[in-house]
Amino acid sequence: MRRIFKTTILASTLALTSLSAALPALASADEQFIPLPTYRVGPYASSGTLWWAGLLDYLRYVNEVEGGINGVKLVWQECETEWSTDRIVECYERYKNGKDGAPTAFFFTHSTPASYALIEKAAVDKIPLIDAAGGRTESTDGSVFPYAFPLLLNYYSQASVGINYIAAKEGGFDKLKGKKIVTVYHDSAYGRETQGPMELLAKKYGFENIQIPVADPGNEQSPQWRQVRQAQPDWVFLRTWGVSTPVGIKTAARFGIPADRIIGDVWAGSEADVIPAGDAAKGYQAIAPFPGGAQFEIHKRLKEHILDKGKSDLKDPKFFGSVYYNIGLINAATAVEALRTGQKKFGNRPLNGEEGRWAFEHLDITDARLDEIGFTGLLQKIKLSCNEHEGGGAARLQQWDGAKWNLVTDWVQADRATLRPLIDAKSAAYATEKAITPRDCGNEV
Amino acid sequence: MTFFIETLIGGLLAGTMYSLVAIGFVLIYKASGVFNFAQGAMLLFAALTFVSLREQGVPFAAALVLTVVVIAIGALAIERWILRPLVNRSQITLFMATLGLSFIVEGLAQGLMGAEVRALDLGIQDTPVMFGDIMVSHFDLVAAATATVLVTVLALLFNKTRVGVSLRAVADDTRAALSIGINLNRIWQIVWAVAGSVGLVAGLLWGARQGVQFSLSLVVLKALPVLIIGGFTSIGGAIVGGLIVGAAENLAEVYIGPFIGGGITPWFAYFIALAFLYVRPAGLFGERAIERV
Repeated sequence: MRRIFKTTILASTLALTSLSAALPALASADEQFIPLPTYRVGPYASSGTLWWAGLLDYLRYVNEVEGGINGVKLVWQECETEWSTDRIVECYERYKNGKDGAPTAFFFTHSTPASYALIEKAAVDKIPLIDAAGGRTESTDGSVFPYAFPLLLNYYSQASVGINYIAAKEGGFDKLKGKKIVTVYHDSAYGRETQGPMELLAKKYGFENIQIPVADPGNEQSPQWRQVRQAQPDWVFLRTWGVSTPVGIKTAARFGIPADRIIGDVWAGSEADVIPAGDAAKGYQAIAPFPGGAQFEIHKRLKEHILDKGKSDLKDPKFFGSVYYNIGLINAATAVEALRTGQKKFGNRPLNGEEGRWAFEHLDITDARLDEIGFTGLLQKIKLSCNEHEGGGAARLQQWDGAKWNLVTDWVQADRATLRPLIDAKSAAYATEKAITPRDCGNEV
Repeated sequence: MTFFIETLIGGLLAGTMYSLVAIGFVLIYKASGVFNFAQGAMLLFAALTFVSLREQGVPFAAALVLTVVVIAIGALAIERWILRPLVNRSQITLFMATLGLSFIVEGLAQGLMGAEVRALDLGIQDTPVMFGDIMVSHFDLVAAATATVLVTVLALLFNKTRVGVSLRAVADDTRAALSIGINLNRIWQIVWAVAGSVGLVAGLLWGARQGVQFSLSLVVLKALPVLIIGGFTSIGGAIVGGLIVGAAENLAEVYIGPFIGGGITPWFAYFIALAFLYVRPAGLFGERAIERV
């Protein structure tokens, strides 16, 4: 009996402790609610903890220094998902209608698989899915995908920026003819996403396009890099994720592929990707719509108002300005600017999902506005519309020197004119499959 | 032909890295019949502890010793709080206990020592070594040498020491071992500590290659087909199984992969393991279970 009593007390205490940790933040109807599918534990925690720190620091800055967005305070609720698609979907379902009367204007998926999983639900629920530099590429076409936003740089543009940079290094697009470009990719929907555009660009510029997959998790890649060495490539495009990136960089070095001939894509270009690779990563370059560094104006403001006052979510200040921290900042800033845009039409009040869509579709962050918010150099200018849900299509290139990322270019624009027909063809096929009548964007206001 | 030989040798050497992970499983399975699902978490915890100590400025050798001490304390705790209360329960109960343990250890490791990726420099260069036209990884050669030393030490431990003889007695017949006065709890503590230390060696080598982070705990997935092929009760089997898996998956990726879309290494190892299950259900060197029905 005593044992049963003890067990019950212990179980109750454990249950209450975990429940109190999960208790939601209080919200009210005059506040803007933002659900956050975080991942602070699990396999991707090393990137998640920094990402969410950057995002929360900026939201706190807006609330505490700017008094909210035109007086509307931001409130948020984290769901721990371990970057697991089913838990992200669960988080979406729990908070798609807001909380305590505070409406949800958008949902950060921060996950391409989750963006795929939610794309149909969100269109029915009228909740914009925000997945910067991720998501479903054809959802760039907002006439078919009104509630999906692969902001800043979709996967096709990532491939194009990489090729444009290689062309610049080679001395022009005509110099690409006959070159061998090997793409080593994570064998997943994310990794395979650039195969179409690479094929198109290879035909256009005459380079040889070789694709070599690495199966998840990619912690042993000798056979792949042995094939790369046999191909004797001029350049390697590394489209890996997680542990497969540092292992890829180290294995490349072992097979004699110089790091400065490897271009990493967006999700293979953070500190977590190069630090474990040690000296092998020196000279490695990566596409950066989210550049690393704490030299930007917004960092000075955050340091003064958030970090130095002990209000930062960042556990270790040495990661201030890391790539993932800056990804969080940029995601937060684009969302805040979209809400600000929406308030100009709907009034200074919290927005719902439908209004959120309008807000994102009319987002226009100019160079002047980037200056005002302190993001010049860190964020590209963006202009979205009804049928253009990417909005930027550019990235900078950064190079790892063994201790930090150094930006080596200004914004390199993707060849969107070449890629757009491919996107339109895919979105049209999706519309046919799902019997969707595309919106007439000419009539959208 | 040179390319084939290079791929084969590279695969065999890569296989020794898998064997290092598999040996930890074998030790615990031999002593208690438990498939320790927490081996990956233990490997992560050990490597994280070592790296955290190094970050605090602790010298290499001292960090290694301190980590082994932490592992030993962990082994005592696991035996006292998890295994002892469940003694005489079914194997599936013990397996489920190790499943729970893996989540606890992973959570504790990240909570106490942080979730960020850490670099681990063991001073072993991951550079190519040329034997004529054949290129071999220096790092893989060191890993293979380490596995050889480890197996030799374990063989000496089990064959030449009193503890080793007791452990073999427990593995052969637990009740008979108990009846002659062997302390089962003490044996379990020692085995878990040794398995943790083997995990430390594997964790350091894998951590040096891919960084010390959560995904280190997933390298155990590479050990499962090794165990199926080599047998769950044989350290020699773990070595041979590792060599077979390493060679087979490397050759398959290069020569079969391009015809079926590539990226076949993870499942091909399991394909080979399944094939072995048909022919030798107990693995190449595993003990066949004979039960009176």
